[in-house]
Amino acid sequence: MSILVDRSTRVLVQGITGREGSFHTRQMLAYGTRIVAGVTPGKGGQVVEGVPVYDDVLTAVRQTAANTSVLYVAAPQAVDAILEAADGGISLIICITEGIPVWDMIRVVRYLQGKPLRLLGPNCPGVTTPGVAKVGIIPGHIHLPGPVGVVSRSGTLTYEIVWALTQAGLGQSTCLGIGGDLINGTSFVDVLRLFEEDPQTRAFVLIGEIGGSAEEEAADYIAAHVSKPVAAFIAGRTAPAGRRMGHAGAIIAGGTGKAEDKIAKLRVAGVLVADYPEQVAELLSGRL
Amino acid sequence: MKLHEYQSKRLLAAHGVPIPQGEVAETAEAARAIAERLGGRVAVKAQVLIGGRGKAGGIALCQTPAQVAQEAQRLLSNRLKGLTVRQVLVERAADITAELYLGLTLSRRAQRMVLMASSEGGVDIEETARADPEAIHSILLDPIIGLRSYQATRLAAALRLPRTLWQRSASLALALYQSAQASDATLAEINPLAVTAEGDLLAVDAKMIVDDSALFRHPELCSFTDSDETLVERQAREAGISYVKLDGHIACMVNGAGLAMATMDVIKLHGGEPADFLDIGGGAREERVVTALRIILTDPDIAAVLINIFGGITRCDEVARGIVKAIAQVKPQVPIIIRLVGTNEAEGRRILEEAHLSTASTLSAGARLAVAAAKGAR
Repeated sequence: MSILVDRSTRVLVQGITGREGSFHTRQMLAYGTRIVAGVTPGKGGQVVEGVPVYDDVLTAVRQTAANTSVLYVAAPQAVDAILEAADGGISLIICITEGIPVWDMIRVVRYLQGKPLRLLGPNCPGVTTPGVAKVGIIPGHIHLPGPVGVVSRSGTLTYEIVWALTQAGLGQSTCLGIGGDLINGTSFVDVLRLFEEDPQTRAFVLIGEIGGSAEEEAADYIAAHVSKPVAAFIAGRTAPAGRRMGHAGAIIAGGTGKAEDKIAKLRVAGVLVADYPEQVAELLSGRL
Repeated sequence: MKLHEYQSKRLLAAHGVPIPQGEVAETAEAARAIAERLGGRVAVKAQVLIGGRGKAGGIALCQTPAQVAQEAQRLLSNRLKGLTVRQVLVERAADITAELYLGLTLSRRAQRMVLMASSEGGVDIEETARADPEAIHSILLDPIIGLRSYQATRLAAALRLPRTLWQRSASLALALYQSAQASDATLAEINPLAVTAEGDLLAVDAKMIVDDSALFRHPELCSFTDSDETLVERQAREAGISYVKLDGHIACMVNGAGLAMATMDVIKLHGGEPADFLDIGGGAREERVVTALRIILTDPDIAAVLINIFGGITRCDEVARGIVKAIAQVKPQVPIIIRLVGTNEAEGRRILEEAHLSTASTLSAGARLAVAAAKGAR
């Protein structure tokens, strides 16, 4: 078992003919991901890496029964691509694109509310279920199949910690990023709930950073509902207040969103908080 | 992007928010001329992107044009909280009987904009939230309907404004909402919103933050670029690099914001101080890597460089080529420690080895080496 992505996942790549889209289609196929279709408006009929390209999502879904979409679409077109996937019958939409305006995302999240689908991201690295499929941009070779679920607000910091887990012999059930923007389709709490319910996942890792209160909300949820061991790393202890640290969401504003506050709250909830990324693996080693 | 008070007021006024009459000046003489045109009592306000200007001496109330010239001169020739004052706003001073707060901001938790109002104006809303949370009235806004008149009127009633001001207050709140939406602002704040002796409402101070991700569709805001931005910060922004200068001695170049923060944290954990936050962004190619390295290598305070790349959408070979090229161009005098893993790692390592550059295997090992090298260099 795993969460979000498994052997029934049939992937559609939106923006497949672009530079990133074609590169990562190749990488995903090499990992064994079942990619059934690509979509680029106006380029229907082409074939990229052996994958048929369609002009629109609805046709692609009808022809190929795709159920998961991954977006490598430029920011100004990304909102349209998300909405098209939602209306085309996709049940998991993974948005890699960074830089979607906040006012647009507010409307997107509101539109998706109550629909039988999930948006992951935007500005996220995707999902990998080791040994089964990778959907997104997470490098494949860093994984090992196993019992640890990994969820993160970051991309490359996730790779760092997953790599440390793998080197320590701690395999992963599923690894995913929820995105570094101000508004995310899926929250930490949503993912923690899935991991808690997944029988393969026996422990999990939460990778957070400064800004907002997603880690505090996760701490509340863990204290009340999580029975499995949780380790965490929170980035940005040395980040100055009031400055945006790369991610739109990584900013300490009005005294909220500090790393120390998040770490304190997670510790109270019983989470093992690491001082440096690789330490996550050491903290979990004795707990499985 | 944070906007200056005068810029925020212009955007608000364009949608019908009443603001004091006034203009910006870059010289004391221009400030005097504005004061002469306005007549009567005027306020001279330093335009810097920082809160607490009043307490820091950045705002002066003046009785005569001569006094305005003098205060403008003082403000323009001194730094305020470390920031250069390039412009002052000269405005007709209002006769204020009450100060309110009205602001629109993003609730990350609710994933909606929230309109907040308080009868405790003139102080930080965070301060009010701590001291007297009951004094803040807020409405979460559903994007399907935006802000409606009935909601804005309810807010006016909650603030215990006289009924004669309800309609004016509601129109003002709607204008605030429209200007924020039109400019893609994630914060639009009027504080204080004054009730004047004449019984009018007036936006005495205003602040807006525009979503950087939406700037592509706002060419009209291009002239509002941050005047406090340094040359290096501008170069970084134009190249698609996130860069924040810090006070330490170990320069960092990293791919990904989370990993860049973690790299800073690990440097600190090993006894060093990071000189910057630098994220080359996803999928950075050779040229962007060269620009990023040039930016950190020109910082005279650095004693060592730590490059930490974990390739995903970014390819190690592209980064390695950029590193080799930048080193050939800049000829750095400080030790450079490189950690390079992930997509196309083998090719990246080969390029670095050919250029006789060695690599560290883990982030902690890299940070330890960088801290030791920085101590040796100093």
